[in-house]
Amino acid sequence: MASEFVHPGLLVVVAGFALALLRGRARAAVALVAPLAALWLILAAPAGIAWSGSWLGFEVRPLAYDALSRMFALVFAIMAFAGALFALNQKSRLELPAALVYAGSAIGAVLAGDLVTLFVCWELMAVGSTLVIWSAGSGSAYRASLRYMAIHLLGGVLLFAGIAGHVAATGSTGFERMALDSPAQWLILAGFLINAGAPPLSAWLPDAYPEASWSGMVFLSAFTTKTAVYVLLRGFPGTELLVWVGLFMVFYGIVYALLENDMRRILAYSIVNQVGFMVTGIGIGTEMALNGSAAHAFTHIIYKALLLMSAGSVLYATQKRKCTDLGGLFRTMPLTAVCGTIGALAISSFPLTSGFVSKSMISQAAGDERLLWVWLALAAATAGVFLHAGIKFPWFVFFQKDSGLRPDEPPLNMRLAMLLFAALCIGLGIFYQPLYALLPFGASFVPYTGSHVVVQLELLLFSGLAFFVMLPMLRRTLTITLDVDWIYRRLAPALVNACTVALHEIGAALGAARTLSKRHIGAAVHALHGPQALLARTWTTGGMALWVAVLLAAYLVVYYY
Amino acid sequence: MSDHWLARPETIRWLWRAFIALLALTVLAEFFVAHHPHFHVEEVAGFGAWYGFLACAGLILAAKGLAILLKRPDTYYEKGERDG
Repeated sequence: MASEFVHPGLLVVVAGFALALLRGRARAAVALVAPLAALWLILAAPAGIAWSGSWLGFEVRPLAYDALSRMFALVFAIMAFAGALFALNQKSRLELPAALVYAGSAIGAVLAGDLVTLFVCWELMAVGSTLVIWSAGSGSAYRASLRYMAIHLLGGVLLFAGIAGHVAATGSTGFERMALDSPAQWLILAGFLINAGAPPLSAWLPDAYPEASWSGMVFLSAFTTKTAVYVLLRGFPGTELLVWVGLFMVFYGIVYALLENDMRRILAYSIVNQVGFMVTGIGIGTEMALNGSAAHAFTHIIYKALLLMSAGSVLYATQKRKCTDLGGLFRTMPLTAVCGTIGALAISSFPLTSGFVSKSMISQAAGDERLLWVWLALAAATAGVFLHAGIKFPWFVFFQKDSGLRPDEPPLNMRLAMLLFAALCIGLGIFYQPLYALLPFGASFVPYTGSHVVVQLELLLFSGLAFFVMLPMLRRTLTITLDVDWIYRRLAPALVNACTVALHEIGAALGAARTLSKRHIGAAVHALHGPQALLARTWTTGGMALWVAVLLAAYLVVYYY
Repeated sequence: MSDHWLARPETIRWLWRAFIALLALTVLAEFFVAHHPHFHVEEVAGFGAWYGFLACAGLILAAKGLAILLKRPDTYYEKGERDG
């Protein structure tokens, strides 16, 4: 069977490199067929270690399937296909190849059975995603990509140090559950959390992703953060710290998204918010919670990509990204508006959408464990998601005021990609059994009970009421909200500038002191040793004879006593 | 030329009435489903309704409070970065 010796991630990476050389129909064919072939390989492969060997003296297992890795690899392959379909008419010749290398390395990372392979794929993802941002071609995208790369190289260094320490201490490269009992494991956790968009460095995500092109951000939303969710699921389930980290991310995402004006930055903040739900579930750590996090990652990739496809279509059609410039687009872009709204309903976990069947499991787990505050926070956040993404995004982009813009719907390939994912958002919400069959753990869950549905509808609809009642407070302004990235974009450069100025002044002061000292010391030396000075002038013979006589007399006096 | 039917004031009035009816229906529906509460607070009538509304109002106020400290014009970073 091909599925046992062909690596689906490697296949997609190789296809990405091939795309760089192709044009026209051949390019479209390779871009669409490679993810589908990977999808088939992932579905067909038997569980277990397919590739193993030894490299530089380390035991490596580059291809290992189990329920968890298969589930993530599967949704990554689906995402790569729909993303490629959406991006087929992208003019940049760099973006699609880079995006497939990025997608392939993400598939490689989740199918890695050891830490060495994981690290290699992890770094390849950083390179691929940086190139995706870069290919937007603007100056601001280039600067954002450099900041993005700096943060991810920092994460990579932490992860590498952690893996090196872990392998040195245990002698094993295996990627198993970790107990956080050594500095090396803390470093590994820190490396994972940076990619998840966790505090304090969450700002890299809303800073960099919205600078990508209309199609680039669709890819970016899926892979980096969800690979981080996967490795946390495998390495650190049940780590209590993650509950608090996750809840912080949930509310950080909501509050910042509420203040944001750029439509794709709203969606970027909501990625942090959604990953927060998954990280909280991983921290709770029961089978129900872990299933919930894995399912939520699966459904999230699809509805978030759908939301970004609709935002990307608006950007493609209008070249505008600020809510203050947009509005009323439902008149001429009805399909985009409907698809965007379906994505918005799914992210808000409305009953009959994919978000409902996944997120409910995390809340259920918090309830089962009797974690009252966590459960209350998750319920508040569920209402908050509808507020910041579920209504805010479609309302300000497609409805609210009439901006006067009358753009056309995007080209066919973009519409098809949106329709495919909109169908999946609703399909998985109604026919959820195939999704539940993929889940890594055995916990069983029934999403559609009367009380689940009613309480969820109450939470969401009254959140909607709060939105429209408080709409004057949410009016968009031409502002941004400062974040931790202010430290490395403003404070640190200002400190460096201040140091430069201070060093210049110290240098100038030293120069002045040198000139001054040269003048004063020089004058003193000249006074003593100059041509006519005391120590250098010619003395008379008589004077010398007198002084010798004085010295001899003094010697005589000393000798007698 | 009249605007799109969805943007007409009478449609919007009608949508508001339907929305308020829907809100009332979800709260009434509570009495017709079986509950399996984990916590006492869930047993309070209309929990999802008042909690959802208050949570959102709280979040909006929290965001407005944060904005007083952290809001800047959206050209804030552009100037320094172009010069640098």
